[in-house]
Amino acid sequence: MADDAASRRRRDPAPSRPNTGVAQLLAVFDDPRKFWLAIAVVLVAVAVAPLLFGQYATVILTNALLYVVLCLGLNIVVGYAGLLDLGYAAFFAVGAYAVAILGQQTALGFWAAIPFALVAAAAAGVIIGGPTLRLRSDYLAIVTLGFGEIVRFSARNLEITGAASGISGIEQPSLFGWHIDSPTEFYYVFALLSVFAVIASVRLANSRLGRAWLYVRHDEDAAEAMGIDRVRVKLAAYVIGSIYGAIGGIFFAVNLGAISPESFSFEQSVLILMAVILGGMGKIPGVILGAFIIVLGPELLRDLGELRLLVFAVGLLLIMLFRPSGIWPSRKS
Amino acid sequence: MSLTDILMQQLVNGLVLGSFYALVALGYTMIFGVIKLLNFAHGDVYMVGGFVGFGVLSAVGGTLGADWGGIAVAMFLSMIAMGCLGVVIERVAYHPMLAAPRLSILITALAVSLVLQNSVLTLTDGQITAFRTDLGFGGLEIGHVFITYNQMVLVGTAALLMIALETFVSRTQYGRAMRAVSIDKDMCRLMGIDVAKVIAITFFIGSALAAAAGTMAGAYYGSIWYFMGFLIGLKAFTAAVIGGIGSIPGAMAGGLILGLLEAFGTQIPGIGSEWKDVFSFSILILVLVFKPTGLFGKSETERM
Repeated sequence: MADDAASRRRRDPAPSRPNTGVAQLLAVFDDPRKFWLAIAVVLVAVAVAPLLFGQYATVILTNALLYVVLCLGLNIVVGYAGLLDLGYAAFFAVGAYAVAILGQQTALGFWAAIPFALVAAAAAGVIIGGPTLRLRSDYLAIVTLGFGEIVRFSARNLEITGAASGISGIEQPSLFGWHIDSPTEFYYVFALLSVFAVIASVRLANSRLGRAWLYVRHDEDAAEAMGIDRVRVKLAAYVIGSIYGAIGGIFFAVNLGAISPESFSFEQSVLILMAVILGGMGKIPGVILGAFIIVLGPELLRDLGELRLLVFAVGLLLIMLFRPSGIWPSRKS
Repeated sequence: MSLTDILMQQLVNGLVLGSFYALVALGYTMIFGVIKLLNFAHGDVYMVGGFVGFGVLSAVGGTLGADWGGIAVAMFLSMIAMGCLGVVIERVAYHPMLAAPRLSILITALAVSLVLQNSVLTLTDGQITAFRTDLGFGGLEIGHVFITYNQMVLVGTAALLMIALETFVSRTQYGRAMRAVSIDKDMCRLMGIDVAKVIAITFFIGSALAAAAGTMAGAYYGSIWYFMGFLIGLKAFTAAVIGGIGSIPGAMAGGLILGLLEAFGTQIPGIGSEWKDVFSFSILILVLVFKPTGLFGKSETERM
């Protein structure tokens, strides 16, 4: 199934960013008719997947699509802006908990709660990023790690977050009388979110801000000399990334109906980061592929039991040593 | 117990905790000094050190006894083994990356950490291993404050190791080379210093100190598990930052300060032991925001 997913994803549009490999990959899409045909094929494949596979596969694929959203969000922070964030699960948690708490404590509906959850995540991004983005990059990494743990410990200790057992009975949303409750329906919700996430990522990469990220990542001094406010640009990446995370968290919470602090552990942050790096930082098709590998890989390697995490860890190390730009695209100049 | 007694008791607890933090923080700060890398795997070297110490003690405990004599042997062998592991990690994972962008080497360090963690996870099935020793719980009672002999030995050993390190760094040729490398690598090369060797020695010493802490912590708390390096890695980093990263006396002071802050912090109403970790991480973030150079650090501007 991973192969299937991979081959479907392989026809995804590549971002038009001047990276080695991506440019070559783009050559495949030189013909605009082929390009749109490829996108159409991917979209049709995503649309019919739940009809072809059973319910179990649909649930797994839903999870993969959730990771696509999360990984694209982290990709903005790590891949675009070049900031190492080791506590990304914190934003995922803020989104999930905000919606769960607002649903329980207030009469706001699910949809009305979303803006609050997004503002909460963005505020968390500003609070943690604002003062620390000026610091050394490795300080930032450890601060984000500490922040991720603070969020998890707080969720585990606070009453309002349901302490260690978390919050259960989160109501499933309905939209214009359509009650979203079956796995297939949630699959389509996540498919839609992923599509939006991809479009937003492509648009961001090609925007003025996207170019600023590219400069800051490659040469901070030069970027600053050209009048780019590096702290503001980094903060923008951080906040946009946190909003992606929160969106993932919001729908994760209503999909599962229950959340607990352990869903937002350091391991979660690492898995998301691994997916981004495995696929190739900064490259949208690579990141999507990475998300699918991270979710489908353990399903395929189920027999390995606890070894699979080790397999992933060794894989990550080997990729960093021998193929730092990720496994996708496979052709390198 | 009066308030003074409680505070005195916490002072003792804080010193013990601080000794562990300081030993691990020293490795962070030394490695940071020579290659400007935040070695994420350092906490895991501490953890593996605990397991190796446990393994040695299980092997020799029968003949030497599992009290401080046996533990000293276990600690010594674990220090040597982890020192070598540190050198291997540097050679295999970090050395090829030294010229790469900072983000790549940070992720590599994270990957090494995950490999160590998951190797032990696989070997132990993620179970907590009981670290059995014959250490008693005897001690001295001074007023209402009770200090166990274990705590005394532990703090004493940590102090000895730190004095030895300080002597090595300030009095020997290699110590001088280490300080020189942390200031200017290229100039050291021109002066005929074998920079690669100095880096290897630094990794050896830093990792050995972490192994000493890991073995002692295992013996002291009576259990070890694959994830125990994570929190202490984070806290030791906090300690190193409090003291000023790159500064050896800073790491010692920072470790003790953090240990004491934690011990006293848990006595503040509202901060129970469940908030202890949040408390330390908040200190980390506050120090980084308001005084990123720490107590003994030099200010420097970084360019990625």
